[in-house]
Amino acid sequence: MYDLIVIGAGPAGLSAALTAYEKGLKKILVVERDKEMGGILNQCIHNGFGLHLFKEELTGPEFAGKFIEKIKETNIEIMLDTMVLKLDENKNIYILNTKGYQKLSAKAIILAMGCRERTRGAIATPGDRGAGVYTAGAAQRYMNMDGYSVGNKVVILGSGDIGLIMARRMTLEGAKVLACVEINPYSAGLRRNIKQCLEDFNIPLYLSHTITDIKCTNNRVSKVIVSKVDEAYNTIKDSEIEIECDTVLLSIGLIPENELSKEANITIDQRTKGPVVYENMETSVEGIFCCGNVVQVHDLADNVALEAKKAALAACKYVLNERTFEREIKVEVNKPISYTVPQKIHLPIDEKLIDISFRTNKILGKCVIKVVNSSGEVICKYPREYVIPAELEKINIPVSLIKDEKNNITIFIEED
Amino acid sequence: MYDVIIIGAGVVGCSTAYWLSQYEMSIAILETHNDVANGTTKANSGCMHAGYDPQPGSLMAKYNVEGSLMAKELCEKLDVPYNNDGSLVLAYNQQDVQTLQELYQRGIQNGVKELYILDEKETRKLEPLLSEKVVGSLYAKTSAIIDPWRYTIALVEVAVENGVDLKLSNEVKAITKENDVFTVTTSKGQYKCRYIINAAGVYSDIVHEMIGEKEFTIIPVRGQYFLLDKSEGEKVHLTLFQCPSKYGKGVAVCPTVHGNMIVGPDAETIQFEDLATTSEVLNYIKERSALTMDCINFKENIRNFAGVRARSDRQDFIIEESKSVKNFYNLAGMASPGLTAACAIGYHVIDWLNTKEKFVKKENYQETRKKVHFKDLSFEEKNEMIAKNPAYGRIICRCEQVTEGEILDCFNSPIPPQSIDGIKRRTNAGMGRCQGGFCGEKVAMILKEKLNIEFNEILLDKEGSNILMNKAKEGDY
Repeated sequence: MYDLIVIGAGPAGLSAALTAYEKGLKKILVVERDKEMGGILNQCIHNGFGLHLFKEELTGPEFAGKFIEKIKETNIEIMLDTMVLKLDENKNIYILNTKGYQKLSAKAIILAMGCRERTRGAIATPGDRGAGVYTAGAAQRYMNMDGYSVGNKVVILGSGDIGLIMARRMTLEGAKVLACVEINPYSAGLRRNIKQCLEDFNIPLYLSHTITDIKCTNNRVSKVIVSKVDEAYNTIKDSEIEIECDTVLLSIGLIPENELSKEANITIDQRTKGPVVYENMETSVEGIFCCGNVVQVHDLADNVALEAKKAALAACKYVLNERTFEREIKVEVNKPISYTVPQKIHLPIDEKLIDISFRTNKILGKCVIKVVNSSGEVICKYPREYVIPAELEKINIPVSLIKDEKNNITIFIEED
Repeated sequence: MYDVIIIGAGVVGCSTAYWLSQYEMSIAILETHNDVANGTTKANSGCMHAGYDPQPGSLMAKYNVEGSLMAKELCEKLDVPYNNDGSLVLAYNQQDVQTLQELYQRGIQNGVKELYILDEKETRKLEPLLSEKVVGSLYAKTSAIIDPWRYTIALVEVAVENGVDLKLSNEVKAITKENDVFTVTTSKGQYKCRYIINAAGVYSDIVHEMIGEKEFTIIPVRGQYFLLDKSEGEKVHLTLFQCPSKYGKGVAVCPTVHGNMIVGPDAETIQFEDLATTSEVLNYIKERSALTMDCINFKENIRNFAGVRARSDRQDFIIEESKSVKNFYNLAGMASPGLTAACAIGYHVIDWLNTKEKFVKKENYQETRKKVHFKDLSFEEKNEMIAKNPAYGRIICRCEQVTEGEILDCFNSPIPPQSIDGIKRRTNAGMGRCQGGFCGEKVAMILKEKLNIEFNEILLDKEGSNILMNKAKEGDY
């Protein structure tokens, strides 16, 4: 019996395992499906990682390396090339590797499986079905792990960060990136990536546009039709632009990978596609925690690592029987806030502050984020210069302000 | 010189090869593409129809019902998935209920067993999530679903084991005949034979006219589909058709043997084999499917595709010797229920050949095939397999839980895959919710190694579908 099993050795899993070890858990196992630790960071050879956590600019592999080096100095057990096929509510996992298929049990489990990319099917982009359409992350893997480029004349659909990073990467490799096409009136990527990956290379960004047809010649992409859309995302007639290209990269969103969580009957939030969590990153199943992109899609690996620490601390408290709470309250939202993480809060707790993160579904200028208790009183306010969907917003609520709350708190935004 | 050349390695050609390979004769199959099951066979609903739909007395009725009865045992022999939970034709008003009666009577005439007219309550008991609009149904218990490409691959694998020569990437260009010997010229070479079986699907009229008179015309009819995630697949248990009415045949909502949900198709007459999907039709299918189930979450769609039915200008299958070319047998016009009928059609080709000369059965021939389906094995069996071959312990496709062992197995089969989609059709790798986003690269690298090809020769599917173009620069830039 392990004290803790961590599923996934990306930034979330590694940070969680290390924190749990530092806090005194003895028997820790990390299960990773890939042949090495690091997760998706291994293919993220661009820099920009670690600014918050390590106060220096690192590449993805360097960022992962910081954790891997430390882990190697511990007695944390790492199982590589190992897939978890099943997880149950009693904290048993069923793993498969070249040594066999077996069941393992733990006192606590941390889910850190990350996310997957949305595909062409998810947005039902019509047209031919030849080669030349890839998710941006898949193209990144071919490029950075195998050393092959997927094409020469590229159109990027969606403006997620991986797509933007790949726009720059493909350009540096000699490809011509002809356009980045985003259906929303705003970009889905970080502002720094828009600047450094598109603007610096003169790659046009078409906002409120989408690909409405993909044409192939001899079974490879040869052309896309890009159309303007209105506010309801309906295509506007006669707005079509034809772009000759051989490659379409999709960067149209990420989906937390919770197939294992669902098998363990963990409640999933339909808005985040991740587990409903408490302030300590615990799921609806006691003793199963989660962190990173399996919970919600983060902007930065640094924040993933920080969230993982929180999950690990809570897992330690659970294993060591140091929990204090007796009841729970809900965190509700008003539009244009799409969701919050956490969705629930345990009370009473020792912590002084509760971090709440959320995204909006539209751009707001100068505004105030307000937290209201169930009696309708505003208990705290957070002024902001702007709030944009591409950036995860965060507030800290002092626990002292909600310690007597019995039902729920609501978060909303008022524009000035 | 072959006794028989089969043109086309779709389900009809491969089923013909499967059955004929049990006889003492030499056979070749000529196929344009680099894999079998790459035309109409790969893009359809996978339904094995019960047989209440075709007009009594038609070839469609005869071969549909016979095929439906043969399929279960055949799928067991071939070790391919087969699921006969049945189908419902849904009625929405009294007119439809009348139509159900007609279908029922037609089914009885065609010899379909286990047909039942159900009222609304009985219907909902079988399929709880139907839309409010449903008032009754025709329940066909013998209706089934299969995996059309695995079925076809299995048929031809056995045929090849029995000595059939499968010539892939051989597009037929010309056919001539001299002294009762046909010469078939393809993109790769020339092959001689005494009999030709034309199973060229959408191109069967063109192939026939390479040597014969115009006797029929193929009118390609495109149908588009949504393939949804398994989360939606859980909502549907039976193949759900809408009652045919003056508004058309409606669209079907069906489970797949892999646990997904498939929604479609429409029917659109087109000029050539155009497999593009269009937003107009996809929207139509979405709207129309709500009559069957209004709770389908199309955000869980993982793939759209189109298939082309090889409908002919006759109302029926064309299963006959060419009137203008002796010893040339047409198996054409294989629109629905072609997939169901294919095994029966292939089974009876020997009857025609035996009117020409007497072919005897081989003393020894294969009928069956066995595959490892790692996912379906018990705990102990999994460990036994891994002990024998550790590659079964490594998952390549996480969504469908396909192991490296299963992927490597298909390179040892009689028809090794030539493309990433070839591996997908054999193992399911890449068929799941991430659509190969994660495993595509791993599969591509296995393919590169096993076929000993360069990176820029790796194909997604057909010729020309190369996935990688350049080597990345080395060093600094």
